[in-house]
Amino acid sequence: MISLADYQGKMPAWCPGCGNYSILRAFKEALIELYIAPHEFTIVSGIGQAGKFPHYLRCNTFNGLHGRTLPVATGIRLANNKMLVIAVAGDGDCYGEGGNHLIHAIRRNIGVKLFVHNNQIYGLTKGQASPTSMEGMFTKNQPFGVLSGQLNPVTLAVALDCSFVARGFAGDINHLKGIMKEAINHKGFALLDILQPCVTFNKVNTYDWYRQRVYPIEGEYNPEDRLSAFKKSLEWGDRIPIGVIYINRRQTFEERIPFLKDRPLIDHELFTDNWSESIKKVLDEFF
Amino acid sequence: MDYTIKIGGEAGQGIQTIGDSLAKVFSRFGYYVFTHQEYESRIRGGHNFYQIRFSDSPVTASKSVIDILVCLDNESIKAHKKELTLYGTAIYDSKLTKESIDDNRFLNIPLLEMAERFGKNKIMANTVAIGAVLGMLDFPQEVFLNILQENLGKKGGEVVKLNKDSFVAGYEFAKKECLQCAFTITPSGKPKMLMGVNESIGIGAITSGCKFYSAYPMTPSTGIMLFLASKAEEFEIIVEQAEDEIAAINMAIGASFAGMRSMTGTSGGGFALMVEGLSLAAMTETPIVIALAQRPGPATGLPTKTEQADLLFAIHAGHGEFPRVIFAPGSPDQAFYLTNKAFDISQKYQIPAFILTDQYLSDSQWTIDEIDLTKYKHTQYRIRGEKLESIKDYKRHLFTENGISFFGIPGTSTRLIITDSDEHDEEGHITEDPDIRVKMVNKRLHKKWPLIKREMGLPYFYGDSDADIVIVGWGSTYGVIKDSIDILSRNKKIAMMHFSELYPLPDSEDYMNILKKAKKTIGVENNARGQFARLIKTETGFEFDSIINRYDGRPFYSDLLARSINDIIG
Repeated sequence: MISLADYQGKMPAWCPGCGNYSILRAFKEALIELYIAPHEFTIVSGIGQAGKFPHYLRCNTFNGLHGRTLPVATGIRLANNKMLVIAVAGDGDCYGEGGNHLIHAIRRNIGVKLFVHNNQIYGLTKGQASPTSMEGMFTKNQPFGVLSGQLNPVTLAVALDCSFVARGFAGDINHLKGIMKEAINHKGFALLDILQPCVTFNKVNTYDWYRQRVYPIEGEYNPEDRLSAFKKSLEWGDRIPIGVIYINRRQTFEERIPFLKDRPLIDHELFTDNWSESIKKVLDEFF
Repeated sequence: MDYTIKIGGEAGQGIQTIGDSLAKVFSRFGYYVFTHQEYESRIRGGHNFYQIRFSDSPVTASKSVIDILVCLDNESIKAHKKELTLYGTAIYDSKLTKESIDDNRFLNIPLLEMAERFGKNKIMANTVAIGAVLGMLDFPQEVFLNILQENLGKKGGEVVKLNKDSFVAGYEFAKKECLQCAFTITPSGKPKMLMGVNESIGIGAITSGCKFYSAYPMTPSTGIMLFLASKAEEFEIIVEQAEDEIAAINMAIGASFAGMRSMTGTSGGGFALMVEGLSLAAMTETPIVIALAQRPGPATGLPTKTEQADLLFAIHAGHGEFPRVIFAPGSPDQAFYLTNKAFDISQKYQIPAFILTDQYLSDSQWTIDEIDLTKYKHTQYRIRGEKLESIKDYKRHLFTENGISFFGIPGTSTRLIITDSDEHDEEGHITEDPDIRVKMVNKRLHKKWPLIKREMGLPYFYGDSDADIVIVGWGSTYGVIKDSIDILSRNKKIAMMHFSELYPLPDSEDYMNILKKAKKTIGVENNARGQFARLIKTETGFEFDSIINRYDGRPFYSDLLARSINDIIG
């Protein structure tokens, strides 16, 4: 049996009321419900408040550089495609600094699950605009308000034919846990954008602001229809949909590599008995 | 016997095909061969050349004079006519060069016309040219014809026949018409391997158990990735063309963390992007091997030319203080051996290791009699499964006597592998504690460093053991310095000291004593500031008497280098 105690990590250093606490709670519950033990998965995190996430858990952890979670996660997943690999990043980390990697991880359809703690602000550096900050929002660093347009990561991902695209809300733990489980069970690349209030620095997108707008996608919505997914992804303003927005079931990157079919790379013999013979054959090509 | 052939023309004319074929013919015949190339950063046009030196005794560099010049365009005549020896011969096709040359060393051969007549295609002009060169040398035809059969046999008899007819036509024409050709072909030895450094780094990586290579294409390092990609299926290696160099190094670090031996490769500009990742590898104590193929900078510089100007960059790259090792092979067999050593040391000490080459070396080919596979190391330092499970209270960054902590493979036991780019405690969790910080720096740097220094091999000494004059070089200048020592040692007490295990400098007084004892020490470097000389001065206080620099983007030639050395020593 796996219980909450198995995941007891360090004491979080987040602000009281931070949306990260609920994300952590939802994630632990999702792991328990899926019977995933701490050693069976690896979290790759970046820099920002979200980057500290794996320290407040117990699991294999690579807390890397700002913006570079996805390449590290890709490397880990390719070395061990039996390992569940989850990348945890913030909006600045993943949509700003590491934007290029996001595009290409989606293209590869590598089996990495990306959870973005999207609080629409830079928290760790104390309140500058992020790529998802709303246009016109004032910060100490944006004296004329945010001049650039707001990035919609969900629309971007659907446009790139990302194989799993979802949005969650830190204020609805049960719903969030459900889509985390779906993302983990999806075999290809999954983007889960999690709306998360920053109680200290984002005075616009507060719990109340989100609560008045978010609604769960229900009823006859078909996430496998790309056009309706694209339309759904464009909803932002008075109403913000949460739930699974788009799914396609194209082949994953790992599935296309013939020698990863039977066993992960880490279980391949490093030096086989006839190693020297194989190398000699290569050398013979040069005569 | 020691001849040099140069083939010049525009990009896309098939210079490489002619050059590669001729070099293969000579190495297969058993001669020693050295080739090098110069090309421009374009796919069509411009002026490129391919130079082949072959001999019945070992050759390790190019000379500046040519015996046979193949001109596929007019520019080749203009650029290289002055390099032709008195007894040298040039061939050209007046249809390609658009003019006839009134010089009895120049032979007009209708390459295109013969290609169309005997090969039914203009493209066969390359095969006619190969025939012409071998005809001028009066070289046995069957060596080429056998290679032709091996390479094109699959494509069917007709393709082989058209090539053969074109070859023989060129051969017979040159043999008959080249009245002044008086080349002597001496008996040869056993067939030899003909290999470039990018390939031998690739073979070295495979031999060392490399299973993951991620890189972004960049001249002159791309050859390593291409070679590994060609062997990916056979040796089950993941070769991933990353979206940029930042991704390339981070992917390799990820794969290494997860348990695989990983490598990346690039040139200066790409490495500039990798620098933060280098620092990450150091902080998380994740082994990584980086092939850095230098080319002239700053910025895009001379993208297809050569320089040795990134040594100090490689030594100092990365924020913070951490250990690294830098190897700079001077030949393909050194590259094989040092790639293996780079993997071994990087795994053993959990640090980054560099293999530093440059365009000249990357685009050169050498003959090698054999590669001694008994010399390579394949110790598995990572722990997994039951062994990992048996370690109670496992900590990824445990403080130890030598600074090295067990590196488990995640997922193979219930032990958790935790690391952080932030300063971390023994377990791998983020910390700002000053005492832990100091202990961690000591672990990563001060404890490992003296052990790493002891792993470094001594410089290679060649020439008079009681030399008055010592010429010091590193990396790609190995062959050319060696060759110029051969020229100069006839009447001088001269020797070469060549460093291929560069940083940290080997932990020994012996080589410093040789330098101190010499009457004159001269550094030779393909850069503007004498970067290795600066390293020696910084680390030991010793200063060379003179430095010979070249930084026009071109390599040294042995006869010209010998002259420069002579000018200094008088």
